[in-house]
Amino acid sequence: MIDPELVAEFLRCPVGHHSPNLQALLNVLRNEPLAGKYVLICLKPHREWILARHSGVRGRPPVPVPGYVFTDIEEAERTVFRLRWKRLTGEELD
Amino acid sequence: MNEVPTKIIVGYADRLSVAPGEMISFMVNVDGEARYRADIVKLISGDWHPRGAGFKEELIATTVNGDYPGRRQDIHPGSFAIVADDPRLAVDSFSLQAMIWPTTPLKGRQTILAKWSVAKNCGFVLTIDEGGALALTIGDGVRTAEVSTGRTLREREWYFVGASFDALPRRATLFQEPLARCLPQDPGVTIGRIVEVSGPARNDAPVTIAGLLSKSPQGREIGVALFNGKIDSPRIAARALSRTEMEQAIRSRPPGDVAPSIVAAWDFSLDFPSQQIPDVSPNRLHGRLVNMPARAMKGYNWSGDEHDWKHAPSQYGAIHFHDDDLYDAGWEADFTLTIPEDTPSAIYAARLEAGADIDYVPFVVRPARQLPTADVLLLLPTASYMAYANEHAAFDSSETEVLSGHLVAYKPEDLFLNEHREYGYSLYDTHSDGSGVCHSSRLRPILNMRPGYTNPWIGIGGSAPWQLNADLHIVDWLEAIGQKFDVVTDEDLHSEGLGLLRQYRVVITGTHPEYYSTAMLDAMRGYLDQGGRLMYLGGNGFYWRIAYHPTLPGVIELRRAEDGIRDWVAEPGEYGGLWRRLGRPPQALVGVGMAVQGFDICGHFRRSEASHNPRAAFIFDGVDEDIIGDFGVVGGGAAGLELDRFDPSLGSPAHALVLASSETLTGLYFPPPEEVNNVLPNLAAPQNPKARGDMVFFETAAGGAVFSVGSIAWAGSLSHARYINNVSRITGNVLRRFRDPRPFVVKDAETQT
Repeated sequence: MIDPELVAEFLRCPVGHHSPNLQALLNVLRNEPLAGKYVLICLKPHREWILARHSGVRGRPPVPVPGYVFTDIEEAERTVFRLRWKRLTGEELD
Repeated sequence: MNEVPTKIIVGYADRLSVAPGEMISFMVNVDGEARYRADIVKLISGDWHPRGAGFKEELIATTVNGDYPGRRQDIHPGSFAIVADDPRLAVDSFSLQAMIWPTTPLKGRQTILAKWSVAKNCGFVLTIDEGGALALTIGDGVRTAEVSTGRTLREREWYFVGASFDALPRRATLFQEPLARCLPQDPGVTIGRIVEVSGPARNDAPVTIAGLLSKSPQGREIGVALFNGKIDSPRIAARALSRTEMEQAIRSRPPGDVAPSIVAAWDFSLDFPSQQIPDVSPNRLHGRLVNMPARAMKGYNWSGDEHDWKHAPSQYGAIHFHDDDLYDAGWEADFTLTIPEDTPSAIYAARLEAGADIDYVPFVVRPARQLPTADVLLLLPTASYMAYANEHAAFDSSETEVLSGHLVAYKPEDLFLNEHREYGYSLYDTHSDGSGVCHSSRLRPILNMRPGYTNPWIGIGGSAPWQLNADLHIVDWLEAIGQKFDVVTDEDLHSEGLGLLRQYRVVITGTHPEYYSTAMLDAMRGYLDQGGRLMYLGGNGFYWRIAYHPTLPGVIELRRAEDGIRDWVAEPGEYGGLWRRLGRPPQALVGVGMAVQGFDICGHFRRSEASHNPRAAFIFDGVDEDIIGDFGVVGGGAAGLELDRFDPSLGSPAHALVLASSETLTGLYFPPPEEVNNVLPNLAAPQNPKARGDMVFFETAAGGAVFSVGSIAWAGSLSHARYINNVSRITGNVLRRFRDPRPFVVKDAETQT
């Protein structure tokens, strides 16, 4: 069971000071294998990113995931957290 | 669908530092555009952060500014050896042998030792075939015969391999024997049979080791069928030797019935610093290396008794070849600039524009030798730029996001480098066979040494500048306060030593001067001993020992030995790696040394009681607050990324004042391995009092002084609030007093060691 407060804590502050329990959860979520790992491609420095997945193979480019454009980097972190959460638990986050 | 950005123009220069009157050439690759525009610009700031100083460059009118035809220039990586053709290599019967340690036996066809004409498809070659087995190929110009052992070699095992061909019965024999005889599953294999060709056709191809030689239309040497792994003691004989005779041929003095048959016997344990491979047979068919493979590596005969190749070179007679080694991209020059005599010392770049793409090739104009034009010197840490050149951690490691605490975010440069592996690696990367990259050259485009570039995995959203672009924060600040300064590079310091530094009252470092050669460190030590004033405006400096090549320009070597943050670990062969381990810790030089790193957000400094000591009054003049640097474009604070701590046990001067220490580092800030002698559960910064950065000041006996901020992020706070902030104020206060010729005095017993 994962404490729902950890989810709320992450969504409030995706990058920065985290409780030990949230950090432990993030260590699991972020330690995906390279193949298919979520990454960002920066379109405009500090301003705009799209979502992509790592090819898993040296030299092969990441594959953009259609429909995800971010102008807020923290929203990109929240989105990937939700996607990984769903894969881990089968549940959608609000 | 948003267009994924790409790069179509990239370039490099033949020099990183150039004096007025000297020449610098620029090499450019343009993909898909007929023409490009080149302009020389002065670089001031590369900060695209919304709250940052902006991107600032000044166009410099020069004779090379203009339009040029675009052309594609390629890079051909991969190390191998070439031995010029010789009549004594025209043999009918022959033997080929070597000790090999293959690292990717199943990657495809790989050359061990050859005299093979790629153009005429004839000669002979000892290879690893597509099945990972040893094979001998003989081409008579019409037909090709091949014999394979059919047994896949194991990765990272030493083998004695050999092949012979006896022309009269047309008999080919080959064997592969693992040297580790305790492996019962592979007792070795010997194959022999009569082949359908009468012998190798004569050709004018050179002998090659670890690759075959092909040539580009422009005549450039290109290695193909490249080998990954180590080769030791290759031999060629002019008759079919038996397996026993081949074993005898390894010796320095083979028996009398074997010695006359040996055409060439290369000894890789000689002449390590060079790119030559000596033939110790009477024929002296010496060869040369292409693309700098790793030399002085553990050989097949390594006993384990000696861990320094200098003490037992004969046990380090292996060369580790990689199919992605790169020394010099070797492009043709597009234009050459002669630096006008009146050019002020600064950081410049060739700005290259093609279509919608732009690239900058930075270079330093240093002052003419022995003619400083300021009393302040910015020492650009270009050895560290080279160490990080074209780093691939954001692509090649699944753990990077765990380390940094946020998603990686690729920019066009990163995407290009991933797809163009031939542009070579940083000292943080691994080769295609998984072994560490120990050489880095600047004779290639270095796409993360660019104004405006931020690192894809450092800072949220890949927002933090690193090395050159971070050091531009210091340049921008010096320009903003109107301070005149000269610029030189690590290469200048390495070659000219103390004499270069002593011309300046104040030396300012970059934000992360991490890699130091012995000559550089000696020069900096000498500068302080003679009363120099050093402003160390960075973190994790003076940390790794590197070597510049003694004769070849623009390339450094690192053995990532014990301790330190290591993305790979060097094999035995040279002790050390860290200056701390070698007995010259940074703490003894600048008062602080590497203590903690984290790459999510940055903290701030809090002033100590000691900061109110009258000795430090000039530093805090006009600064009343206790919190320093709780702002900035690098992680939001001045204390971050990599931080150094005061530690008298490692040589920090006892009279040094610890002016301030970092606070609010996150739980992703951890100490490096050399700080962790025993693993405690309180490693991370919030619980670990040693995982902190300290800002220190101390006077030296010769009337000089050192001010160390011990934080990479410091410079990212200088421009905050239009340069009116306590980071800028403190840095300016120190610079003003350091420029003042009045000597610093270590006054009383209380402050003495």
